[in-house]
Amino acid sequence: MELSTSLPAKQAVMADTPNPVDPKRQQFYDLLFRNTTRLFAFLVLLLLAGIIATLVVGSLPSIKQFGFNFLFSTQWNPVTEEFGALVPIVGTLVTSFIALLIGIPVSFGIALYLTELSPRWLKRPLGVAIELLAGIPSIIYGMWGLFIFAPWFADHIEPWMNDHLGKLPFFGPFLEGPPLGIGMLTASLILAIMVIPFIASVMRDVFDIVPPMLKESAYGVGATTWEVVSHVVLPYTRVGVIGGIMLGLGRALGETMAITFVIGNAHELNKSLLMPGNSIASALANEFTEAVGELYTSSLIELGLILFFITFVVLSLSKLLLLQMAKKEGKGT
Amino acid sequence: MNLKRVIFGMASGLVLAAAPLTQAADITGAGATFPYPLYAKWADAYKKQTGIGLNYQSIGSGGGIKQIKARTVDFGASDMPLKPEDLKESGLTQFPTVMGGVVPVFNLEGIAAGSLKFTPKVLAEIFMNNIKKWNDPAIASLNPGVALPDADISVVHRSDGSGTTFIFTNYLSKVSPAWKSKVGENTSVQWPSGVGGKGNEGVAQYVQRIKGSIGYVEYAYALQNKMTYALLQNREGNFVAPSEASFKTAAANAKWDMDKGFYEILTDEPGKDSWPITGATFILMHKFQQDPARAKDVLNFFKWAYENGDKMATDLDYIPMPEAVVKMIKTSWNKTMMDSSANHIWK
Repeated sequence: MELSTSLPAKQAVMADTPNPVDPKRQQFYDLLFRNTTRLFAFLVLLLLAGIIATLVVGSLPSIKQFGFNFLFSTQWNPVTEEFGALVPIVGTLVTSFIALLIGIPVSFGIALYLTELSPRWLKRPLGVAIELLAGIPSIIYGMWGLFIFAPWFADHIEPWMNDHLGKLPFFGPFLEGPPLGIGMLTASLILAIMVIPFIASVMRDVFDIVPPMLKESAYGVGATTWEVVSHVVLPYTRVGVIGGIMLGLGRALGETMAITFVIGNAHELNKSLLMPGNSIASALANEFTEAVGELYTSSLIELGLILFFITFVVLSLSKLLLLQMAKKEGKGT
Repeated sequence: MNLKRVIFGMASGLVLAAAPLTQAADITGAGATFPYPLYAKWADAYKKQTGIGLNYQSIGSGGGIKQIKARTVDFGASDMPLKPEDLKESGLTQFPTVMGGVVPVFNLEGIAAGSLKFTPKVLAEIFMNNIKKWNDPAIASLNPGVALPDADISVVHRSDGSGTTFIFTNYLSKVSPAWKSKVGENTSVQWPSGVGGKGNEGVAQYVQRIKGSIGYVEYAYALQNKMTYALLQNREGNFVAPSEASFKTAAANAKWDMDKGFYEILTDEPGKDSWPITGATFILMHKFQQDPARAKDVLNFFKWAYENGDKMATDLDYIPMPEAVVKMIKTSWNKTMMDSSANHIWK
């Protein structure tokens, strides 16, 4: 029987069924459903366009005043009304990068353990624990970071880092500084703890979907667990893994409250990770409600626009990466 | 099922019963963290007496100014008084409530409150990041018997727009030309170095956590958190400690002018016992009130506070306004505040 949505065709189909429904009414419901869902989809596009428009219009005074220099200047002076976005941009990128650097291997380890290595009775409780960790509100992480993690870090880890890692040839200057407890490194670590549950649960879900037959065959020809993971599981789940990482990166870039508490809110560029810095989201959280003056407010909105842009670029890069990987799939076997 | 209906019925009953409770006419205000401990105390006592509550958000003076201009609150609170031109342009009226002091606080092991002395120039140099270590000769020469460690000074300042910052930077601009040209004075400045805390509470917390740090907070916060404050040399050359007495001496020379919106900044005042970083905190309200009954509620609250809140203020080491100034303030309410039909709200 040929599928068709025209009325005569429907009538023909309906005539064959045991309990026929009025086809005209069915047609109406279909139309309603299709248009309602179309409306919802377009609403999303409209919202996106609206947000971009608001951001651009709001940043126009600042764009006109500072132009491209805004992206490279470290000034943030509300008194003389000179603003530059370099410190928040660097802060956002560096904290997210370090958070991913620490978060990806740890999440990978967690996902691997949960799918391949852990005893069966441990899988569910561990999985639930990870999901709970993902559900904790970010401000709780900020408070925990400020009250518990930062003092411990300042008293025990930072002096050790100063004495032993500060003297290393290349990384040294990045890892020495006053033991404040708060700063870029603390913020990055807390961010890492926040993105690990996201990346780990996505990785675990996609690792689970790998057909057992593929893995069994690999074990059957004598592969070790690691070889199975690197040659069978990872290539199969590549799209999901990259997707999970991008999810984590998206959260890291936009995270506000957890970072605001521990990053130190200093508008200065320091080589050392132990010094305070600033991120776009925390600068906005701190200063937006009190920014008096058109240029000040407009500069903050421009910061928001830049963050939007960074997120967009990151998402596009990940899509490109996936495209490249898909292209290479057929080659080289 | 019956159980579902029962639960639903109870839940909706609770919500409906709670609805009248949320309709009590609370007055709203936002702004300075400087007087927040006092406003909270006043609000509590006022509510016990009259049942009208005050919802005050301590978001910083910059926020207070912005919110009252946007008419999202009934009154704004700011430690930085708006200049008469500003007041005229935004249609606001301004009056002071209390005075208090900003004190430098620090965190050094073994050094108690009041045992460290600073001169104005040294304080400015520290906050400008020109003096970087605690045992710098400039500090050591002022404090001969004190064991200063060979540690870096970590500056703590405000990350949000703050009237406390305004009072502090105003003082530093007065005593240090280098500060004036390099940083200037405002509710938010470009600090040469240091960590930013949110609100007076944030600065207090960071100073208590970071060893070798120095910051500035309103005196009530230093007292309540039992922080170590420093002595400061005033205009006459004496090293004074912050206290109600030294704030009062500084405030005695103030010239309050109703027609200038009571614009007065009390830093670096003469007087041999004056505390150099004293300031008043102000309330901002719109001259033309769309809801005169609400405006009257707000003014009644402040009238009550002027008449009954003095003891609570001095308990927290704020200085209440002198009687003559309170009279002027009430006259200004009558003069400036009107409703939409140009009737005076306050009689």
